[in-house]
Amino acid sequence: MIKKPLLEIRSLTTHFLTEDGVVRAVEDVSFDIFPGEIVSLVGESGCGKSVTGLSILKLIPSPPGQIVNGEVFFEGRNLLALEEREMERVRGNEISMIFQEPMTSLNPVFTIGNQIMEAIELHQKIDKKEARQRAIEMLDRVRIPSPEVRIDSYPHQLSGGMRQRAMIAMALSCQPRLLIADEPTTALDVTIQAQVLRLLKEIQREMGMAVILITHDLGVVAEIADRVAVMYAGRIVESGPIESIFGQMRHPYTRGLLESIPQLEEKKKRLNAIPGQVPNPTDLPAGCKFHPRCSLRIDECQKGEPPLFQVQGNHYSRCLRWKECC
Amino acid sequence: MARYLVRRLLYTLITLVGISIISWVIITQAPGSPIAITLDPKVSPKIVEQMEKNYDLDKPIYQQYFLWLKRLFTGNLYSFKDGRPVLDKIGERIWNTLLLNFVSILIIFSLAIPLGIFSARKQYTFFDNLGTFGAYLGISIPSFWLAYLLILGTVKLFGYPVLGMRSFVTEEFSSLEIVMDRLWHLMLPSIILAIGGIAALSRYTRSSMLEVIRQDYVRTAKAKGLPEETVYYKHALRNALLPIVTLFGFLIPGLIGGSIIMETVFSWPGIGRLAYQAVLARDYPVVMTINTISAVLVLIGNFTADMLYAIVDPRIRYQ
Repeated sequence: MIKKPLLEIRSLTTHFLTEDGVVRAVEDVSFDIFPGEIVSLVGESGCGKSVTGLSILKLIPSPPGQIVNGEVFFEGRNLLALEEREMERVRGNEISMIFQEPMTSLNPVFTIGNQIMEAIELHQKIDKKEARQRAIEMLDRVRIPSPEVRIDSYPHQLSGGMRQRAMIAMALSCQPRLLIADEPTTALDVTIQAQVLRLLKEIQREMGMAVILITHDLGVVAEIADRVAVMYAGRIVESGPIESIFGQMRHPYTRGLLESIPQLEEKKKRLNAIPGQVPNPTDLPAGCKFHPRCSLRIDECQKGEPPLFQVQGNHYSRCLRWKECC
Repeated sequence: MARYLVRRLLYTLITLVGISIISWVIITQAPGSPIAITLDPKVSPKIVEQMEKNYDLDKPIYQQYFLWLKRLFTGNLYSFKDGRPVLDKIGERIWNTLLLNFVSILIIFSLAIPLGIFSARKQYTFFDNLGTFGAYLGISIPSFWLAYLLILGTVKLFGYPVLGMRSFVTEEFSSLEIVMDRLWHLMLPSIILAIGGIAALSRYTRSSMLEVIRQDYVRTAKAKGLPEETVYYKHALRNALLPIVTLFGFLIPGLIGGSIIMETVFSWPGIGRLAYQAVLARDYPVVMTINTISAVLVLIGNFTADMLYAIVDPRIRYQ
């Protein structure tokens, strides 16, 4: 039996109309999320991974942002065609999102309890007392000590890790079927990062929800993701199950990313970096967007955008020379 | 909190003493003397000497200051001009000034904040540009000029007097008519006094709102599924108003300065007009006392603003 995807993204294209020209932040991105799996969107800053996440929930600031093309089917409904009122019922209820900066993502003038209860009361028909009880349960679930006291804390009274836990509690309080986690651990200490990741994975398993994990940290990906989509200049350049990406990558950019992770065992003098710069998003190179930085480039690469080649099963690569690569 | 309060009060008191010393020096050292202004220049030097003695003008300046301070607190301070007790002169007028200023503050806050929010929501639309234009106009137009213009216009249009606090003949008026007459006279000066404040405060509210709208927690609120209105009027507004609260303290000096002009233009029997007349007559005791009262009002305004800030911002409350 073939499982039906929870979320199907088809040709999603998001542009920003700025004074310097059109920034093609997300270009023709398609992928599926199945119930209960963790899919990671990986790439450098500015590759369009966060904009993809925000586009799914239609949280792109507009103007200047605009979703110019594509469909996002969530359980069969095209979210991009929904009215704002209907979209509000999806946000925080069926699809939740958590953000990178726990320091600034919580409102400083309301208690965390107030902010969690707000989401619960909004989407569920329960009274204030029950909502408070639910909020305490959620805080307990994300392992915040003495939640019945902490519920009345203001964000500034909590540490970064605790704030991110409170954010997670808020996002999960209505038991969404999909969580979009935009760099959830980037702003945290390394030790706290591991704790928060483990917590996310645990809750994900208990609740059986799907997660889109947006990160630039391949270590995080290796830790918890089932599938990976690597993005470069607004496009998916390689995607596939985690074993097959880490085992036999088929795109020079993915290889570059993996090689630039410092290895503690090897005593090398210099870090391996990908040569060149991320291209200017208002002025992208023709053909394959990665070719100016690529060691495998051939004349063919400049001629047209390569399609996604099927490597095997659901492993795809957007490289003309994927067979020779890596 | 109590410790903070005590320390804050102490600083306020020191500031007040500083203000009174500096203004004493400035006022007494300004050109012109109370005697030269009231007396005929041909009067004999003996009388001048006698008057200087009466007013303590022959004593060193620091002694004069302490004498003023002592007399103020013992209630023995008399006006140079008519010999009446200064506190009586001020007491019968101060409530008129406070009424005018209170109504102005009310107008400023109730108009400027909604105006600023609306401008921010409609950023760069026709309404917003109109608001920007209006604000610059409101800040740059001299209030006395606008006042005369409006007095002329209103009197021509309605044929009803606007100067003073009330009409002269009110004997046959019913109580409702007396109230209406009072409100009518209050309307023009308080609105003109408020214009500068509305212009400035609505701009502050607008920019504060625009800044807050871009914050991460506003996006979080949206991601929660809250309707746009709740995001705007609960999550954003509450944060945007934090800096606005402190402006309350800055508003008062402007209003006091403004009421000197407005009261003079509108023949409003308040302490602003009294101060103006006292300055012209070099009536030091009156000028100094009104000055001190104004300083106290400003310091109370600042103090209230700080307290309000602590109430609305939990980050300050818990420190």
